[in-house]
Formats: sequence, C-alpha cells, structure tokens
Amino acid sequence: MPTFQDGFIIVAKRECPTCELLESVYAELAAHDVVLSVFSQDDPSFPDSLNDVIDDTGLENSYSLDVETVPTLIRWKGGKEVKRAIGWNKTEWRDLTGINGLGGDLPENQPGCGSITVEPGMPETLAVRFGDTNLEARRIEVAAMEDDIEVGFERGWSDGLPVVPPTEVRVVRMLTGTTRDPAEVLGNIPPNLASCTVEKVAINAVMAGCKPEYLPVVLAAVEAALEPDFCMHGLLCTTHFAAPMVIVNGPITKAIGMNSGGNALGQGNRANSTIGRALQLVIRNVGGGVPGGIDRATLGNPGKLTYCMAEDESDPIWDPFSVDRGIASGKSAVTLYAAEGMLGNMGDMSRTPESLTRSLAMSLRVIGHPKKIQAHDAMIVLSPEHLRVYREAGWSKARALEEFNKVLTFSGADFIEGAHGVAEGISPDRADEQVSKFKPDGLNIVRAGGIAGMMSAIIGSWAATGERGSKLVTKEIGT
Amino acid sequence: MIESQILLDPTAEVSPAKRQRVTPPDSLEGKTIALLDIGKRRGNVFLDRLEECMAERGLTVKRYAKPTNTKVAPLNVVQTIAMECDIVVEALSD
Repeated sequence: MPTFQDGFIIVAKRECPTCELLESVYAELAAHDVVLSVFSQDDPSFPDSLNDVIDDTGLENSYSLDVETVPTLIRWKGGKEVKRAIGWNKTEWRDLTGINGLGGDLPENQPGCGSITVEPGMPETLAVRFGDTNLEARRIEVAAMEDDIEVGFERGWSDGLPVVPPTEVRVVRMLTGTTRDPAEVLGNIPPNLASCTVEKVAINAVMAGCKPEYLPVVLAAVEAALEPDFCMHGLLCTTHFAAPMVIVNGPITKAIGMNSGGNALGQGNRANSTIGRALQLVIRNVGGGVPGGIDRATLGNPGKLTYCMAEDESDPIWDPFSVDRGIASGKSAVTLYAAEGMLGNMGDMSRTPESLTRSLAMSLRVIGHPKKIQAHDAMIVLSPEHLRVYREAGWSKARALEEFNKVLTFSGADFIEGAHGVAEGISPDRADEQVSKFKPDGLNIVRAGGIAGMMSAIIGSWAATGERGSKLVTKEIGT
Repeated sequence: MIESQILLDPTAEVSPAKRQRVTPPDSLEGKTIALLDIGKRRGNVFLDRLEECMAERGLTVKRYAKPTNTKVAPLNVVQTIAMECDIVVEALSD
C-alpha cells in the first residue's frame, strides 16, 4: 500500500478539462508553504505548471485513495485523510487549503471528470493488480503459449463447448453481481459432496458465459439443486434422460433480458443459455458429476448442456408459476424441475378448452411410456395461442388442471402388463381400476412461447418423482 | 514477451493443480500396443527388439512412424494410433 506525506494531495488527469482549468491553482498552491503531492493518472508531464508531478499511470495511488472523480483534493495528516474536495468548487478548495484567494478568476464551480480507476472494467482489474480480491480459489498458471480456451477442454472443465477462461478479473467482475460474501458456503455439491462457495459458483458462471447480473439467479438455482427434495445426486447418476431444468419467474427475468417468448426453449438468448449452463458446470466441476463417471445417462438429452427458460407472465389471467409454488407476487424465483427432453404438441384446430385439453392430453398420455401410470410427472409449456383458448373461455389454471386429470384417467385394463401386445404395464390385478396418468400435483403448467403458433411443449420428468425421487423445488432469488 | 495467465480453479480442488498423466494400465494382456518410430536414427533398432520381446509374450503390436523427429506427429498418425491401439511406446534415441 502506498504511503502519503502530510499536506495536500491532488489527483488529476490531463484528459479532464476541469483538471486543465486548474493549472493556475496548482501553481498557486505550490507557491505557498505547503507540502503538495500531485498525482497524474494519464500524463506525468501534467500539470505543466509543476515540476515534481508523481506518475500514477499505474493507478496504485489513485486506487489506494479511492478516487472516483478528478480533480480530487485531499488534506492528509498523521497518515490519514482529514477531508477531500471533489471536482472544483472554489469555496471548498479555499476552506480545505485555508488559502483565501485561491483560484481568484476561475468560475465558482466546475464538476470534475471520472477517475480512470472507475472506468468500466477498471475496478476489477485494479483489485487484482493490487492483490485486493480476497479470492480463495487455487490459481492455475497457464503457460504463455497455451491457448486459454483449449485449457478448459484439457483440464476437463468443459461440457464439450468452449468455456470462458476464468481469470481473476472476470471472477471479481462476476462477484459484483451479488451482495453475498464470496466465501459463503452454499452447501455440498453432489456427487462428491464438495463444499461449494459463492466464489466457486461465480467461477463457473464466468465459464458458462454469464453476466454478473445473472449470478443471483445461478446462486438460487444451485441452492435449489442442493435441496434434498430435488434429489440432485440421484438425478445426476441416473441412466434416464433427465436433467435439471431452471424455470425463472418474476421481475428479474425482464431485468436481465431473459426470453419467455419465441424460442424460449431454444437458442439465442444469453441469459437463458448461460444460467442453465452455469448450474451444469457447477455440478460438473465442483461436484465432479461427469458423463461416463457418476453420470450414467443412457442417452442424456440436449438440455444437459443448458435447460433454462423464463415464464411469460404478461397475461394476468393466471398467476405466475412461482406464486403457485408459494412465492409472493412480485418476487423473483427459480424452480428446478427434473426434466427430460420436450415433446411438441401441434394441436392447431382446437378452439374450445375442452377440445384443447383432450388434444394436449393425448401427448401427455405417452410421457415416460404410453403404458406407464403415475411413474412420471409432466410440465406443459403452454403457448400464448393455446392460453388464449383457456382465457376466452374463462378457465382458471386450477380448472384446466382438474380437466386434464379427468381426461387422463383411464380404465386400468388398457395399461396392464401384456395389454395391446406390449409387455410393459401395471399389475394385471389393477385391470378393473380407474387409473390416473399422473400423481396428484404431478402435472403443472407454465406459459411461454412466441405469439404465433397453436402448439405447446410437453416436458416429461425423471422416472423417479415425488418421495422416491425428485420433487419441484422453488427458491426465491436474492441479491 | 507473452506472459503466462492465471486462471481460478473452478473445481473442488481435490486433484493436483498440474495436469495428471494418464494412469498406466495394470496389465498389457489383451491390449494392442503401438510402437512409434519418431524418425530418429537407430530408434528402429530399439523398437525391433521391443517388438520381438512383446511378440514372445503373445502381445499384439503394431508399428507406426513419424516422417521426421523435428516435428510433432501428423494428425493422421495420431488418429490412426488412437483408433487402432490402447497403448503407445515411442522410441527416443540418439
């Protein structure tokens, strides 16, 4: 840390018109019997009126003094700051220096310019440069001729796509997205049950391509994955297709530019793509959950790279999914769902809710396997044009779900082992029962999609749901 | 001068910071072994003897060669070895 002489300190830069305006003031101060230390951020030959300007192009002094505006005048005594004046204000500078006629002909007031230390990206760069980050992660040195993108692959940090190299500067910048202490432990990430700090999540969020403002969403998603009800360990180990799907609700979706419209389940939106990916990278890198290792998926699904969307809350006819899940209206939240790939349902002729419900139910019936009963949950991602059918008929979400469950109740005879020449099925002694495809609360609806297209998506769940597997977990998003 | 770069470890830090070598196999039984002549003089003498010894043990051996010792192996040589063999032995000689 630099030390400063008792007296007056001025931090300035040539590029600042206010700093240049004060040339006569610097000369006046130097002519008085005071100790004057002038630091120039961009040109050690500035101010021209002084001979002993201190070169601060490395910005160590400016950073140490926490200067945000130039010029800044500081009175320094006994190794600490007494008072400072920011920009040019004749009265302030006169009071601070005790020189009554200082800057006689100059205007009374002239705002300063931004210090180079606060230019975009600079605070993080300087924190790293001056060892002020308090980051605990192990440092990995990459040789000069190594390609830093290839490093991510070679060290096994990648999901198969390039990762952004997690430099200290990028990680410090990522951590500006949260108010949480980087050292805070979120929990133990399966499968290795490795302790995971906010800092480790930030490192993986950098690699995923997140912006700092996405970090609170990623942190909430990681915390949701760590809830025993979500059963992340089992979900990771399974041979099934499923992966954690992140559904985001609330004002943060708009604040960070998430997509709940056209292609909400597709590509092209940075927040959707990188938030889901960050969760997967945390599981891979911190938890050690690697395909071929503990991850034994027979086929997996493309959502294992990233599976994240925002709900379209623009139509107030139905409450946001997060509100259904107990989060207060107006709050932001993530819900994790153990999801397999999606099945499209292009029912474009139904204009009544009764017909549309039956139409969608035809796709819902085959989730997991057409002859499986209460083995899987399902999520309907309902498009705006399908939602319109329910809205125009005045159906609430609860009414729609009730009707779905009615039309998805069948004679057990069609589902018993061997029925229709297929070995798969439920016990033959249930042939006379009425069986429901889904468990109570096993079917849910969220809204998303482009304004054109009478089609919705059906997303089945992991084969182990409820008490014997994964339940939906919702977490409010913090700061 | 290009400087080295520092990255922050995204893992649980349970393995060493330096990249680890691939673990050698417990046994050569049932493995196909590539003998790679890097193109330096008399490397072939060493590899010929190694091939004899391995053949006596009933091991499966395949021979490959780099065009020159001054450059890394061409991609097709690397890929062919990777597709056909489990283990590779290079002859370094002078």
